[in-house]
Amino acid sequence: MSAESNQHLDSETIAFMDACLQKEHPKSYLIAVLHKIQQRYGYLSQAHMDQVAQHMQIPTSIISGVSTFYHFFRLQPRGKFSISICLGTACFVKGADKVLDAFRTELGIELGETTPDGLFSLESSRCLGVCALAPVVTINDKIYSKVTAKQVPELLNSVKAAAID
Amino acid sequence: MGQALAFYKTLYRQFDQERTARGDKQKIIVQVGSATCENAAGADQVRQEFDKLIRASGRQDILLKQTGCTGRCAREPIVGVFFPGQIPIKYEQVTPNKVQEIFQHHVIGGKPIPNLILDKKTDTLYSYVVTMCSSHRCSHENAQDSEEMLKRLLCSHNIAEDLVRIFHSGCLGLCPKEKVGKQHVMMVFPERTLYRFETEEDLDEIVKSHFVDHQVNVKHRYHTDFITEQFFSMYGDVAFFNKQTRLTLRNSGLIDPESLPEYVLNKGYEALAQVLETNDPDAVRQTILKSGLRGRGGGGFPTGQKWINAVTYTDDPIRYVVCNADEGDPGAFMDRSALEGDPFIVLEGMTIGAVAVGARQGYIYIRAEYPLAIERLEKAIATAHKHRLLGKNILDSGLNFDIEIRLGAGAFVCGEETALIYSIEGKRGQPRIRPPYPTQSGLWGHPTVINNVETWANVPTIMLYGADWFSRIGTKNSRGTKVFALAGKVLNTGLVEVPMGTRLRDIIFDIGGGLREGHTLKAVQTGGPSGGCIPADRLDTMVEYETLSEIGSIMGSGGMIVLDDEDCMVATSKFFLEFTQSESCGKCVPCREGTLRMLEILERITQGKGEMADLDKLRRLGKLIQKTSLCGLGQTAPNPVLSALENFTEEFIIHIRDKRCPAHKCTQLIRYEIDIDKCTGCTLCARRCPVSCIAGAARQPHVIDQSRCIKCSECYNVCKFDAVRRT
Ligand SMILES: Cc1cc2nc3c(=O)[nH]c(=O)nc-3n(C[C@H](O)[C@H](O)[C@H](O)COP(=O)(O)O)c2cc1C
Ligand code: SF4
Ligand code: SF4
Ligand code: FES
Repeated sequence: MSAESNQHLDSETIAFMDACLQKEHPKSYLIAVLHKIQQRYGYLSQAHMDQVAQHMQIPTSIISGVSTFYHFFRLQPRGKFSISICLGTACFVKGADKVLDAFRTELGIELGETTPDGLFSLESSRCLGVCALAPVVTINDKIYSKVTAKQVPELLNSVKAAAID
Repeated sequence: MGQALAFYKTLYRQFDQERTARGDKQKIIVQVGSATCENAAGADQVRQEFDKLIRASGRQDILLKQTGCTGRCAREPIVGVFFPGQIPIKYEQVTPNKVQEIFQHHVIGGKPIPNLILDKKTDTLYSYVVTMCSSHRCSHENAQDSEEMLKRLLCSHNIAEDLVRIFHSGCLGLCPKEKVGKQHVMMVFPERTLYRFETEEDLDEIVKSHFVDHQVNVKHRYHTDFITEQFFSMYGDVAFFNKQTRLTLRNSGLIDPESLPEYVLNKGYEALAQVLETNDPDAVRQTILKSGLRGRGGGGFPTGQKWINAVTYTDDPIRYVVCNADEGDPGAFMDRSALEGDPFIVLEGMTIGAVAVGARQGYIYIRAEYPLAIERLEKAIATAHKHRLLGKNILDSGLNFDIEIRLGAGAFVCGEETALIYSIEGKRGQPRIRPPYPTQSGLWGHPTVINNVETWANVPTIMLYGADWFSRIGTKNSRGTKVFALAGKVLNTGLVEVPMGTRLRDIIFDIGGGLREGHTLKAVQTGGPSGGCIPADRLDTMVEYETLSEIGSIMGSGGMIVLDDEDCMVATSKFFLEFTQSESCGKCVPCREGTLRMLEILERITQGKGEMADLDKLRRLGKLIQKTSLCGLGQTAPNPVLSALENFTEEFIIHIRDKRCPAHKCTQLIRYEIDIDKCTGCTLCARRCPVSCIAGAARQPHVIDQSRCIKCSECYNVCKFDAVRRT
């Protein structure tokens, strides 16, 4: 992933920007463009944001203002498996802090960090709207519900095993 | 003009004919939930499994259908098996293993499996379901009496008791003013017949003809178009559902959210067609005003008034309508479920709003954390386009209206309307001072009407059934229903829609099923980070905008978290403050710095370093922040702390004075000790302790080294001899 992120934005993203520029209020699509890039590359690299600035004629200061304001945007690459623990109210009440602790101990990293092998990164999210099945953890796009601290080692192993296959 | 109704009728007829041609009404339907929550519970695999079995059987008369979330999240995945003309059967927590059994026994064999049925482990299956309206609003305090009466009559006609199941429902909104409290209303399924009666003689006549002669009693039959009828016919026999009044959620769990035909065949787009046919925007605004509908996003501003404001302040011809689906409260999922379960109702509501205020463009601002809701909305918009329900010359009315989706990016403050506008414009979402209000100057400086998802979802129903009908549901100043996302320490976590004025107790105990055995309710948190906690002795409070404010909480957008004796109020209020603190946009000092200082104080208290003077500091600082912050985020951020402090002062004091957390939640204040009299020296805890801070020889009492203990509670949990004490 990181290799690609220094390269030129792919043609699909460029085409998307072009389409946005044709619409009314083109600059209002900045957030949508950043979403698109993050979806494609996993995070927003400085090089890519600079290209957006060029292409859409928006000052880099504005782009950096926007990308740092919104928590959803990541400015660093993340691990192959991005683990996100919901720390919303319902999950908190059902013991999400214990689950987070278990991930911390198992992986030896803190929130916002990535393991040295680049396999796992640990993040938190705020309510995925699955509160009724709290506590909730997502690993990449898959949602795990009613997770307990005890299940954590097993969960990590199963993810690793699936990665090797 | 004058084309829209004809357009709608053609569309309806087309969908109806297609359905008849496919013979759907004669088919056996297997319905599997499909929503973020359902899928997290494993509904995907269940659906695939059914698909495989149906294909393998080669049967053409079995239809596999997907539907949105019914709201019964704790029991998902939910599977419905519906035979034409029979009481629908719903199964709970279906796993791929159970699919085989359900398919062979029920779908193929025609025999339901009682012990897998949703919510009632019963051995008898019944032929009729009777749902009696027993809303306390109409002072039917004698709901039990009418049930007894019915049972007596059934018995006198020799009808076996377990053949008819009787349920009680919340207000159905059926009685005209002069009849409220004077008549009883009941529905009989599977025939879907609605009856009303006043005396025992009336009821006897109904029983005789319906249950004995199998004939509908025409004399007492109640002919009325009844919006939640479909929902009741499907779910009326489940206690979780029959106390609810499903207006905005009436299609969730009933129709395939990706199917426009299903929406249209369930009264979808009829309201819009009528509105376009009459083409009287002022009348629409007046109807919404008269209905008493208030904003469901938290503020409770009268929706009709907002729409009127949008056309009176300026004569700017460019106007916008916006749907706020940011759903920032971290513990709420009403809007997600609603959009996943029935996206078209929101599109229709927005289109009616656009007619009312003269907008040509609408936006749905939705948080990026809801991928399935976004996908369903995208599909719904594309489908609506294809059928000319959006786009140019909608429904042949000559009007143009389009809707675009804009994604949020994880900033709570963007739910605030002025911040939301900046965010749609592609900027940082920092609120600005109001006035001017968005209705005066919103998106790109043009008048903009912003309403919440649930507010929009109420609009088609109000237009269809009228302001008078709507205002009959609920209470004087809070009309209609409210959807709550019930979560936390309640058994039936999920989504509920109840008439305004319902008591909290009824929501938590009747619908929510109460708490786990051995635990007691401590408080109910409503309004999320902007709200407060309602202590257990206030459970008889009714959900109404004003009543909830009076007791220090708010209606909020619908998050409702139940807390029990294991929850610490100091830690909970700290949790909310941490949230608002980190979500503060940083524009104004009281919110940015003040919440940080409050948080530091709370941090100290939970670590046992608090002082009594801190309580007063919290109060003063909180009041100051409320008064001086720029936007709603800062103005309400202290609420969870202040209300906890007000209602649970003693708990704060125990943390400070005794350095103890009665709920054993604040880690730093917990102490684990081994009782030497009880310890048998089995060594289990020593082996389990992750930091090896427990020492002792085999068969000798063990001790914990307090300086190294990380309070992980492992020893407390594993000891078989109750020797580890927690204080
Ligand atoms: C910090 C903050 C967050 C908000 N979040 C939401 C939200 O997530 N959804 C929502 O509908 N309204 C939210 N609101 C309220 C909106 O500002 C606005 O009042 C509402 O969308 C208007 O729609 P309504 O009248 O239909 O409720 C929030 C307000 C504040 C101050
Ligand atoms: S109150 Fe808080 S969120 Fe609102 S404008 Fe001020 S700093 Fe920003
Ligand atoms: S587990 Fe209990 S009985 Fe066994 S050594 Fe620990 S405290 Fe003693
Ligand atoms: S609080 Fe975790 S999913 Fe809602």
